[in-house]
Amino acid sequence: MQAKKRYFLIFVVAFLTIWNFGGYQLRHKPTTPFDIEQLSSYVNLDSINTGYTIGKDRHLLQTDARVHCRMETCFDFSKCEKDFKVYVYPQEESNVPSPSYQKLLNILLESRYYTSDPKEACLFVLSIDTLDRDKLSNDYVKSMQTKIQRLPYWNEGMNHIIFNLYSGTWPNYTENNLDFDYGKAILAKASMSEDHIRPGFDISIPLFHKIHPEKGGDPGSNSANSYPLEKTYLLAFKGKRYVHGIGSDTRNSLYHLHNQKDIIMVTTCRHGKSWKEMKDERCDEDNKEYDRYDYETLLQNSTFCLVPRGRRLGSFRFLEALQAGCIPVLLSNGWSLPFSDVIDWNKAVVWADERLLLQVPHTIRSIKPSKILQLRQQTQVLWDRYFSSIEKIVYTTLEIIRDKLPKKQKRDGLIWNSFPGALVTLPTFSDSMQDFPFHVESYKNGFTAVIYCQLGITFSTTSALFKLVSYLGKSKYVLKILIVWSNEKRPPNRSRWPNLPIHIPLHIIESGSGIDSKSSISQRFYPHKEITTDAVLSLDEDTVLTTEEIDFAFIVWKQFPDRIVGYPGRSHYWDDSKSTWGYTSKWTNDYSIVLTGAAFYHRYYNYLYTEWLSPLLHKTVEQSQNCEDILMNFLVSHVTRRPPIKVTQRKQYKEQPSAGSWSPWNDPDHFIQRQTCLNTFAAVFGYMPLLRSNLRLDPVLFKDSVSYKRKKYRKIESVGS
Amino acid sequence: MTVSPKLPEVKLSLEQSGAAPRDTKCTHWDCFDIYRCGRTGHERIAVYVYPLRKYIDENGNPLVQSISREFYVILRTIVNSKYYTTNPKEACIFIPSIDILNEERIWANFTSRALSQLPFWSGGQNHLLFNLVAGRAPNYLPVVQLDVGNAMLAGADFDSHTFRYNYDIALPLYSPVAKLGQVQNTNFRRKWKVMSSQLNIDPYYLDALQTLRTAYPNQMLLLDACHPHLYANRCDIIDVFRGERRGQFVLLEAMAANCIPVIVMDGRVMPFEHVIDWNRVAIFIMESHVSSLMDVLKDISDKRINQMRESLKFLYEKYFSSLDKIVLTTLDVIQDRVYPHRAKTYDEWNLLPKEINTNPLFYPSTAVRSVGFTAVILTYDRIQSLFTLIERLAKVPSLMKIVVVWNNQIKNPPPLSEFPKISKPINVIKTKANKLSNRFYPYREIETEAILHIDDDIVMLTSDEIEFGFEVWREFPDRIVGFPSRTHVFDNVTNSWKYESEWLNEISMVLTGAAFLHKYWSHLYSTALPENIRQLVDQNMNCEDIAMNFLVANITNKPPIKVTPRKKFKCPECTNTEMLSADKGHLESRSHCVDEFSKIFGRMPLKSVEFRADPVLFKDPFPEKLKRFNNIGSL
Repeated sequence: MQAKKRYFLIFVVAFLTIWNFGGYQLRHKPTTPFDIEQLSSYVNLDSINTGYTIGKDRHLLQTDARVHCRMETCFDFSKCEKDFKVYVYPQEESNVPSPSYQKLLNILLESRYYTSDPKEACLFVLSIDTLDRDKLSNDYVKSMQTKIQRLPYWNEGMNHIIFNLYSGTWPNYTENNLDFDYGKAILAKASMSEDHIRPGFDISIPLFHKIHPEKGGDPGSNSANSYPLEKTYLLAFKGKRYVHGIGSDTRNSLYHLHNQKDIIMVTTCRHGKSWKEMKDERCDEDNKEYDRYDYETLLQNSTFCLVPRGRRLGSFRFLEALQAGCIPVLLSNGWSLPFSDVIDWNKAVVWADERLLLQVPHTIRSIKPSKILQLRQQTQVLWDRYFSSIEKIVYTTLEIIRDKLPKKQKRDGLIWNSFPGALVTLPTFSDSMQDFPFHVESYKNGFTAVIYCQLGITFSTTSALFKLVSYLGKSKYVLKILIVWSNEKRPPNRSRWPNLPIHIPLHIIESGSGIDSKSSISQRFYPHKEITTDAVLSLDEDTVLTTEEIDFAFIVWKQFPDRIVGYPGRSHYWDDSKSTWGYTSKWTNDYSIVLTGAAFYHRYYNYLYTEWLSPLLHKTVEQSQNCEDILMNFLVSHVTRRPPIKVTQRKQYKEQPSAGSWSPWNDPDHFIQRQTCLNTFAAVFGYMPLLRSNLRLDPVLFKDSVSYKRKKYRKIESVGS
Repeated sequence: MTVSPKLPEVKLSLEQSGAAPRDTKCTHWDCFDIYRCGRTGHERIAVYVYPLRKYIDENGNPLVQSISREFYVILRTIVNSKYYTTNPKEACIFIPSIDILNEERIWANFTSRALSQLPFWSGGQNHLLFNLVAGRAPNYLPVVQLDVGNAMLAGADFDSHTFRYNYDIALPLYSPVAKLGQVQNTNFRRKWKVMSSQLNIDPYYLDALQTLRTAYPNQMLLLDACHPHLYANRCDIIDVFRGERRGQFVLLEAMAANCIPVIVMDGRVMPFEHVIDWNRVAIFIMESHVSSLMDVLKDISDKRINQMRESLKFLYEKYFSSLDKIVLTTLDVIQDRVYPHRAKTYDEWNLLPKEINTNPLFYPSTAVRSVGFTAVILTYDRIQSLFTLIERLAKVPSLMKIVVVWNNQIKNPPPLSEFPKISKPINVIKTKANKLSNRFYPYREIETEAILHIDDDIVMLTSDEIEFGFEVWREFPDRIVGFPSRTHVFDNVTNSWKYESEWLNEISMVLTGAAFLHKYWSHLYSTALPENIRQLVDQNMNCEDIAMNFLVANITNKPPIKVTPRKKFKCPECTNTEMLSADKGHLESRSHCVDEFSKIFGRMPLKSVEFRADPVLFKDPFPEKLKRFNNIGSL
């Protein structure tokens, strides 16, 4: 009541004020026609916010859950408090899913998200194939409703994800008709529209082909960044048109744009059984023109590719264009693009409007070459990070959901939309971009040396380990030395280690103590809490490295903090005769691996190695007690898509074992094992992530015939190979 | 107290029909008439503002609320903006001059009739209405209860059920007092970590907050009615709960005071959330999780808090700090929607300038070998040396083409028939003026990404060296990769930057007398080099190579890469030389360039490194014929 009275007063005052000021021709009078100060405010600060009735509103949210689902109302967060795990219902023999859905399930079962215990699960995935819900389709699963009702944890669909590529059927292709009630389940669905997607709840995924690879996936085919881009065609489209029915208008009009020169728009009505009965007067002419062009050629030789809606909003063409680096021009009004919650498509596509079809050529001709360069590169970034395999599509879907959970750090759009992308930037590691090796330009701190002692070589003042620690102690940049002691012997007493400057602490971590239950080899790259610097220098106990080499490698690493920078270069190659990958430690003109027996890398990779890699990979390393260094190279190359960096000449980085004594390095089985690892890793990653480099980095005056006094790194020259 | 005669009057009565009810299904694709846009000839929305009218009944009594101060500001902002048009025929967006900012101040019946009387109303199509306070007691519906047909609403109270995504626009609730609490400096820690200052918190949450305060008495401040609106310098983080409405003054007030808002409001639609990434500047907690507030905040690192506050300040100042900015942002959002191919990207909307990756070659990949490179030779009249160079270059496997840039304005180049016969094409381009910048012109004849810029007298580089240089460039296609390196040093005596050609342990420039560059840089040099630098280069016939190093470093923030030991180029018998001449004057003028350029760029973009690139088996005791690059010269 008080408030109302006050309002009334304000009203009166306001009126009186306004009547006094007449001028209102806003622009034409330079002086303010109204005296602003005399006008009343639109709101009375003291009275507007009183009262706290939210109960009714709450109630409103509960009605018609299916349409109104939001994370707050249709998701049980208490299931996700501990960990982010996914349960997959056991497959029944009578229900054989389509190959695509089978791949999707395989991915989940092998992934680090998977749990076999429904009590641990945050999310639930059906083993019944829901990808194709078009009744006319072969993969359509009948009596879905009954099957759903039988699921033991269904609970109206809470915390379930339904993956779907096709919904509705001829003639209307109704978008939200999956032919069963998905209730409160999250839809991860292709061709979603802004109308039907439940904001912040459902996830739009791309339509992918039956042959879309399960893992790995081909890289984008835009291998050159020519500038300005000069392709044969500016804009291309080759595809079906429907003559009648939903979605046919747009494609039926495309021929208006076709100019046979730089804009190629060819359609055909020759599809389906009865096309001849349905055909219109343009069909014959269109078909002729259609046959003149090859789809793949257009894709590779056009700057822009038109992606018009079909019967449904999304089409295969979208991913095909993305991969080809052919900038998609979207003609699909209302389509909610894949993962648009997190991906900024303005950086990679051009939106057109079906209503303004004829303006499309003008619009794309107005796009500057520098913008084209950006758009094209971004198509490749997005393709490579989120779309090139079913695994990436599924992981992206899960990570988007993970970002919505309470108490979890969220990745921002900068991480999602730039290289190396959100799937390898784990928010659980840190909430600050500065702690990751990406997007950072300079490092001020020194490094932590981590020496992995697996062999238990007898320790004395002449042993390699002793010398290594002494050399480390002389480095300008070392801040801490960590000994990861992982063999049966006891580590040497404190007093027996070399004297180190007071500011360099030496920690010994004994495997089995502390974090343990983990096998010893996984200790090597464990993100030990003692490692507080970004830079880690990884060493073996028998590594031979001088202080100068250590310091030089470190200053190089600071320029390439996302890569492995070190000494022992190795190569992989494709062995055609055996059809396998080969591994070699011979001297070669290039390398693709830098072993972690003497290399710098960012500590974030320890975290990724331990927390992110597939359990299958860890198992391979643990069973062989070998190959962890190769795996680290796979990981880093996969994340960065760059080769490692070798510095200066040194190749021999181990103390030569005395004649007759055993060392894993001269054991032929050891070598064969590494070759096997290489092939297993490539299989699990789904591709070969290693990349070759043809260069090494030396000090600027390395081995130049100038006075030694001029050189900052002198001793490094006497090290040799 | 006379009624102003100047305000034209419009008579309304209940017999007239009002506007149609709000269409809850509207989307940009079906309710917005796109054909009304684009009649101006430029790709910018044209916004028309209806003239003010006074709406009265039969007896002359006013029926529609007169305008408020804020609404006046909104109209003024639009009229002064680049989007404004006086011509309704070319307008794409229409703004009724009827104040409905506050639902409690309007008479819905008459206001709706007033709207429908507008001359271009046509069902509300393309009309934009600002409504900051929606709902009335006791229901407080999140959308204004007014028949507005197909008009778009810009409002502050939407929830995710009433908001028409990609049609309506979510605004912050404008607080006339937010500015009072605005702070400039964000770099200090506040006394309180968390504060709650709202007076209208639901008792349920208030209980939860009070429990938390008891648990964390030193970190949490709960303000009550006695201490309203005093944020500045008091908190790092502030809670934003909803009251009966979702629009809350405290959001803008918190932002002004650079307190990170904690949003506890289910189903909210954040202001401009379609373009602004609130995850960068706010923390979200679900209403049912209020009691976990301190647990969530505890896990946020100090680094993160500082970054969030920095972004918060940036976003606040850019989009929220005044009603003008809020209104202009609203129009910008519509602009992006109507002309999506010109829409701003995430980065442009959200990132601080220092966070934006300006590197135009950002996709990390090794360039393809098979495409090869084009050698561009700038020449004047040293024919003999030019021909020798051409013959040598012809032996480099990855060379695709040679482009000779003929800078001599008096003499014509020799006919192609006199050029050495090589298996690769040669193009000769006659320039129109003898300018050094001609070497960086992005000639159409250059069809490869990679360009080897080479002086006509650099004839000592071996085929292996050049091919290896190309290999290195392939791995670093966004950098300058080449042979002659230089450094910059700061001279404490003269207090200026100096050019250094001594052989030092570091390098920060690679001269373009023999260097690989991406063609993009030639384009950039020709179109985006600061004008005063271009003049300096052309007048002095010097420093174009230094300018290129500055240009690339300024954009990429990366140092160049020096390849192989080679250091002597033009004059093998001298021990240590500057390229054109060793005279002091030359060095001085180059030092002058370095210093001048750093002033023009406003910083020293060059970065020094202590390494160079060599072939993997360089100087290794290994059979030379097995080395891919064995003919690597010294010095």
